[in-house]
Amino acid sequence: MDLLSDPDNLDLYLTGFSWILRLTGAGALGALVLGVILAGFRVSPIPVLRGFGAAWVNTFRNTPLTLIVFFCYFGLYSTLGLELSEEIDLNNFWLGVVGLAVYTSSFVCEAIRSGINTVSAGQSEAARALGLSFFQVLRMIVLPQAARAVIAPLGSVFIALAKNATIVGTIGLAESSNAMKTLINDNGSQVILIFVIFAGTFAAFLIPTGYLFGWLANRLAVKR
Amino acid sequence: MRISRMAAVATAAVLALSVAACGDGSDGAGGSGSGDGIVGKAAGGKLVIGVKSDQPGLGLQTGTTYEGFDIEVGKIIAKGLGLDASKIEWKTTVSANREPFIEQGQVDLVIATYTINDDRKKKVAFGGPYYVAGQDLLVKTDSTVTGPEAMEGKKVCSVAGSTPAKRIKEEYPKVGLQEFDSYSKCVQALGTGQVDAVTTDDIILAGYAAQAEYAGKFKVVGKPFSSEPYGIGLKKTDTAGCTKINEILKAAADDGSYKAAWDATLGKGGTPAPTFDATKLTNCPA
Amino acid sequence: MSTDAVLYDHPGPRAKTRNMILTVVFGLGLLALFYWIYLKFDEKGQWAPELWKPFLESNTWVNFIIPGLIQTLSAALVAMVLSLTFGIVFAVGRLSDHWWVRVPAGAVVEFFRAVPLLLMIFFIFYGLPYINGGVPVSAFWSVVIGLTLYNGSVLAEAFRAGVRSVPRGQGEAAYGIGMRKNQVMRHILIPQAARAMLPVILSQLVVLVKDTALGYIVAFPELMQRGVNDLGANRANVVAAAIVVAAIYIAVNSLLTSLANFVDRRSSRRGIRMQRTAPTESLPAQALDASFSAADGVAGARNQA
Repeated sequence: MDLLSDPDNLDLYLTGFSWILRLTGAGALGALVLGVILAGFRVSPIPVLRGFGAAWVNTFRNTPLTLIVFFCYFGLYSTLGLELSEEIDLNNFWLGVVGLAVYTSSFVCEAIRSGINTVSAGQSEAARALGLSFFQVLRMIVLPQAARAVIAPLGSVFIALAKNATIVGTIGLAESSNAMKTLINDNGSQVILIFVIFAGTFAAFLIPTGYLFGWLANRLAVKR
Repeated sequence: MRISRMAAVATAAVLALSVAACGDGSDGAGGSGSGDGIVGKAAGGKLVIGVKSDQPGLGLQTGTTYEGFDIEVGKIIAKGLGLDASKIEWKTTVSANREPFIEQGQVDLVIATYTINDDRKKKVAFGGPYYVAGQDLLVKTDSTVTGPEAMEGKKVCSVAGSTPAKRIKEEYPKVGLQEFDSYSKCVQALGTGQVDAVTTDDIILAGYAAQAEYAGKFKVVGKPFSSEPYGIGLKKTDTAGCTKINEILKAAADDGSYKAAWDATLGKGGTPAPTFDATKLTNCPA
Repeated sequence: MSTDAVLYDHPGPRAKTRNMILTVVFGLGLLALFYWIYLKFDEKGQWAPELWKPFLESNTWVNFIIPGLIQTLSAALVAMVLSLTFGIVFAVGRLSDHWWVRVPAGAVVEFFRAVPLLLMIFFIFYGLPYINGGVPVSAFWSVVIGLTLYNGSVLAEAFRAGVRSVPRGQGEAAYGIGMRKNQVMRHILIPQAARAMLPVILSQLVVLVKDTALGYIVAFPELMQRGVNDLGANRANVVAAAIVVAAIYIAVNSLLTSLANFVDRRSSRRGIRMQRTAPTESLPAQALDASFSAADGVAGARNQA
């Protein structure tokens, strides 16, 4: 039972989940910003922007996150020289955030784009008739209405993001999957307990989050 | 109509499963024909040996075959058991699944940079050691680093969860530790300068230093700061097999085949073969 | 809204010039960025021929990449078949009239959707032998079981949304002609839901193919492991290998995605797709609610990664 009483183990566990929390927060913010911009690109009047958005989504949505995170380290950092922090852990953290944001942005973009599709054509037609430009139509008319429709899909995207944060462990961040691995290596006979604790923590956070998003989506759904 | 379609789906599912199961069948517990121990297995005409697949100079899968010092040692053992090298089935193991593979009978022997220690002895038996490695540093050829003490404020790379990584964390907390899931990535990061050293057993590092692709780029510091006796893992109950392995190793050291194995692999760069210490062959369960 | 062109006016001469200028500026910026990346890679010697030469040798393909790809695809396929079964069973379970079926089915689905796949695969490989009496679980099955539990749960939710999206009249009519619940489910609701869900199922296959890469944690010899780690150890070209492997993943998954889109378009042309875009005003309110939840289900399931 020294598994549970050893303060080092508690520390591993807490550090692991605090990294996951920070990765999720920063990654979600980055993914949201990137995703909205990309969705704007994908519906814009300029072909090259549309092409760029489509290429981005197709590339990053179809590559395993493990590889994207790998490229963040060996491409962005190693080769392109992008150092985000002097400290190893923080640098890996930020590289992980970039990877998560880039990967998740392609899903956010698609969610928003399908949200835009739920706004009825009359809305933007009316806006254009008033003389609004593309950017104004998007910003003032379409996106605010689309936002209500994308809450549920965005919720799933961000929940997936929280779970995907474990993959940043491949570049050495001591997040919860690495913490669990370490604990299992040291306490081989208590594998099940360790798994239940880690999986349970994820479930305890993410299941209510899922319901919260569902509730929000229902509440804010456009009743037409 | 609907039902028949569902039946078709179900049939497809069963088919897919059975195909997968077939493909997987060869992985199952090795032939349980004649006797439990490796002596019996060898007499049965087949031996499954777990080795590393991604460690240049030690155990490297180069395509259809494996090569390296561990592989040569495996061939020596097989020969000593009267088995032709072609009858060995090599199987990739990774550090974390070596004990389970032995315990579950997925392999008969493990020769995979396998350090003998008391924890592991509770689960498996060890023949050997056939080599005594020590944790060391791999650095760029022009580096002046002399040991882990000189690494303060610098970055060293190792594999997540490995013993060398743990030792750095515990004994040299001021050294920055970068972890990956494989040494190849560490060596890559060393090559491009993101880390200042790679740390693990000297013999593994020597394998990278000697790799043709990295020729002249890296050197091993050469001051090991731990002792890692490499053993040959087998089932804990197989005392006879364990003793037999030690006999074979001793004979191999005497007749020069041990040295030949070294020279053909890690010794290629000119590193002389280590002296084999037969007095250390004391790990078999009594 | 039908598509893109509704958001902006047909470009007049001024807009055309502006668009042209933006196109050129953005295009040049992009090219400059790519050139800079190229130069940086060159500077670090990443284009050195000895790093790329292995990809001209048959050994690389025959013994590393292709076996890896086969492992990846077969794990994804087996997991797909199993997830479908799992998904249907648990979707029906969650829609059951009996709470003692509904609640456990819901708990299972919610749990497996919330646990990271990486932890699950790791646990199945190292932990399951402690539960099932020491029977070893191979890396292949660890990955497949992990993928099945996760994707099956996702599909269960998608199916459930799909069943709910079938217009209520269908079920009512079936009950009306005297079918039992079981029959209504089997003959009326699931077949319609399954057709609506076909694109989701296909895009889930993309997720499966990508997620096999998580098998690295149990050393499952899939495309990442063989093509990047093992090949990289052999030829000291991890970065080059990763670029090639990424290209393969993108190619395979784009193929699957366009197949999904094709099926999507084909089924929508036939008019059997559930309303995913804004329903027209003429539909009754209840159908609308259903179609919204279907839209959520579809989009939600698509975005699980």
